[in-house]
Amino acid sequence: MVRFYGVEIRNALLLGTAQYPSPAILAEAIRESGVEVVTVSLRRESGNSRAGEGFWALIRELGAHVLPNTASCYTVKEAVTTAQMAREVFGTAWIKLEVIGNPDTLQPDVFGLVEAARILSKEGFDVFPYTTEDLVVADRLIQVGCEVLMPWGAPIGTGRGINNPYGLRTLRAHFPDVPIVVDAGIGLPSHAAHAMELGCDAVLLNTAVAKAGDPVRMARAFADAVAAGRAAWLSDPIDAGDMAQPSTPVPGKAFLS
Amino acid sequence: MWITINGNPCEVENTVLARILEEAGYRSPHIATAVNGVFVHRQSRAEIMLSEGDRLEVVAPIEGG
Repeated sequence: MVRFYGVEIRNALLLGTAQYPSPAILAEAIRESGVEVVTVSLRRESGNSRAGEGFWALIRELGAHVLPNTASCYTVKEAVTTAQMAREVFGTAWIKLEVIGNPDTLQPDVFGLVEAARILSKEGFDVFPYTTEDLVVADRLIQVGCEVLMPWGAPIGTGRGINNPYGLRTLRAHFPDVPIVVDAGIGLPSHAAHAMELGCDAVLLNTAVAKAGDPVRMARAFADAVAAGRAAWLSDPIDAGDMAQPSTPVPGKAFLS
Repeated sequence: MWITINGNPCEVENTVLARILEEAGYRSPHIATAVNGVFVHRQSRAEIMLSEGDRLEVVAPIEGG
């Protein structure tokens, strides 16, 4: 179980809602994996189209907590205004804060991120900052009011897994009581399990499920993987070593040569 | 007067934001607005007046990652 701004979440898998083959498959993936938190976004709406209403009705019907994002925002002003609009539309103070710094890697502009997090925290938002694994940036984010950290695993949509396990271990060690959600770059359930085995509290992903050949089955696989990884972390795994150690007792072996 | 709505030039008869939204066909309660990059709260739409050349953004829920 993990607690985000006072809300208890039992399922450590958080799921994005984009790129699915159909709304029905999205809904089934959420139901079958038991996901309790889903990410959503805002885009321009044409008059008379009411396109957003159907999607929003579907998400509300599923009963999941919604985590609106500020995807594609490159400036503090854009991100703050988008967050303000999201709070009104979705009726939640939660915001997945993205301030993007580079169009090729979609990596966070951590300077803008800290500033936007400061502004939004003062305005009463519960900020989930999409950040790197940089320890100093994480410290600044906490100083300005963030109670959750969301370091990337790898660039968004790459499916490369955990690029910097050392960085995530460092974050975990320095901030033992702050929920850490690995966001982005996860491609396989083993990547998600890896993040959890490093002590992270949850994993947020989208593309790896939505673009899988069978998104529903993959969503279940990810839910199983995060549960397994969490159990492993809580079980205090052994340290890796360089030399072999026999697991079967050597004393008492018959002398047969 | 001419304004832009979501980047598209648009001639509108009204000047009050709430009336402009009606005129442009926005009926859904699940929208949010910004004028010239500044968020306008739902409760303020009946008071905010737009001027020639203003930029109105209207957004609604969509899938997101």
